[in-house]
Amino acid sequence: MGMTLTEKILARHCGLELVEPGQIVNAKVDLVLANELSAAVAIKVMRGMTGAKRVFDPSRIALVADHFVPAKDAQSASLAKLMKDFAIEQKIEHFFDVGRGGIEHVVLPEEGLVAPGELIVGGDSHTCTYGAFGAFATGMGSTDIAAAFVLGEVWLKVPASIKLVYEGKTQPMVYAKDIMLRTVGELGIDGATYRAIEYHGSTVDELSITGRITMANMAIEAGAKNGIFHADAKTIAYVKERTDRPFVVERADADAAYERVIRIDVGELEPQVACPHTPDNVHPISEVTREDLPVDQVFIGSCTNGYIEDLRVVAQILEGKRIAPNLRVIVNPGSQKVWMQAAQEGILTTLAAAGCAVNTPGCGACFGGHMGTLGDGERAISTTNRNYVGRMGSPKAEIYLASPATCAASALTGRITDPRALAYVEA
Amino acid sequence: MESKLRGHAHKYGKNVDTDVIIPGKYCNIIDPIELGKHALEGLDPEYTGRMRAGDIIVADTNFGCGSSREVAPIAIKGSGTSAVIAKSFARIFYRNALNIGLPIFESAEAVDRIESGDEIELEPENGTIRNITKGESYRAAEFPPFMRSLIDAGGLVPYVEKRLAERN
Repeated sequence: MGMTLTEKILARHCGLELVEPGQIVNAKVDLVLANELSAAVAIKVMRGMTGAKRVFDPSRIALVADHFVPAKDAQSASLAKLMKDFAIEQKIEHFFDVGRGGIEHVVLPEEGLVAPGELIVGGDSHTCTYGAFGAFATGMGSTDIAAAFVLGEVWLKVPASIKLVYEGKTQPMVYAKDIMLRTVGELGIDGATYRAIEYHGSTVDELSITGRITMANMAIEAGAKNGIFHADAKTIAYVKERTDRPFVVERADADAAYERVIRIDVGELEPQVACPHTPDNVHPISEVTREDLPVDQVFIGSCTNGYIEDLRVVAQILEGKRIAPNLRVIVNPGSQKVWMQAAQEGILTTLAAAGCAVNTPGCGACFGGHMGTLGDGERAISTTNRNYVGRMGSPKAEIYLASPATCAASALTGRITDPRALAYVEA
Repeated sequence: MESKLRGHAHKYGKNVDTDVIIPGKYCNIIDPIELGKHALEGLDPEYTGRMRAGDIIVADTNFGCGSSREVAPIAIKGSGTSAVIAKSFARIFYRNALNIGLPIFESAEAVDRIESGDEIELEPENGTIRNITKGESYRAAEFPPFMRSLIDAGGLVPYVEKRLAERN
């Protein structure tokens, strides 16, 4: 019996010929990631470990200040400082403070720190994003991250894999976000718990790297341990532009065993919206807009949709127009590099001229930390990945998740709007 | 792990996510007691005022879904809650709970039978869940052998310390 892509990568990283679902393995990690929140707790744990003086390899750890930056208060500043001091003390090579990085999952691929076939663990649940590059990547808590810091290894249970096969060509104004929202809706928020998701099919072969990032990013929204694509020419070109580190492109065997195979035809797919209060409460936009749903805030950004490709879609829709009255639109380019690229292309000016507030890259608004928190009774439509009660602030707020295009269309009207309804779509 | 745990049940539904267990705005807190003051705030703001030390959270499937924030189980433990019983747990929460020493029990039967307010006694070593109010007993799913060996070793930290000692 052959192995799935996830099994192949795990087997290589624990020096075994073969692994199978359910097996517990001790795997070597290529990179360990933490942000200032997960790092702070991990550093505390590491300091309490007897014999743990140094990290296993200062070149294989990435520390990114992104959750409460620029520091929202003294307490947040102290966590960022704790991480910075640790980075200096341990000579961590990949340390990104505010102004030099951005959202961890946007930064790491940009910096060439993610390559096909690698095994990456991170103190953030959206670490699964790197599956877009054919890497095995999964989120863990801070104690596990502390263990990985010092051992350079993690214990893992080999997950069974679910194969998702996407066929068909998407209609205009339908994006990777819509495909993934539909997928989470189909699977349910615990539909892939303890499982790997392996993405296949002609639709995803055609997707850009950014589209694959969006889809891998939300694997956790179905409870998955990881979500993974096969690396292809596009992936290899992207990675080789950013690093000369050697890597191994793995492929699932033809006779690999999948727990389930699900086929999804995207040809007729409409833009999708996850309604409050779970990411699997997904409906086609035509159903959602049957009700008039005015919004107080539109948010564009995050590790799901904070990429240059996303900002281009939004700028194209808002170009030369003004956002609706009594609405605030917050745009958060995913990284410093995305911010600079958007500035060079005139996107930031387009958005600001339309009435959007453009923020410094970071995670703040998405998790209700700061820089875009919702109040009681407010409704938001957002390009982020979670809409649980209180996720973006008040437990009495409502969050709808959608693509950058749907969010931009809603920014023009001030209510949840089908981007296909905008006149220029015809042009 | 502790020998016996005893307290009253507080029952919740399925998919109790990490955003309601400890809202994002508190994730810059590290101190367990401070975190504990906000445990379950997004779901039941009265929980910490109503619960007594030793009380037990009982929930349906997929408890702890969402973020990898280790402060979620730390907040629950910091509030004085002695354990969580659920039909199932989300993957990262499950690992985190064991790593920080929050006892967790998986039992559909217990969750179906226990009502809020029932007095419960738990034996973490053998997974026994006793409902004193109803005079019933349930059994939690056994931990997989590797998890059991980690728990018996005192958790992940001693396991790592042992591995480090072997290397030197």
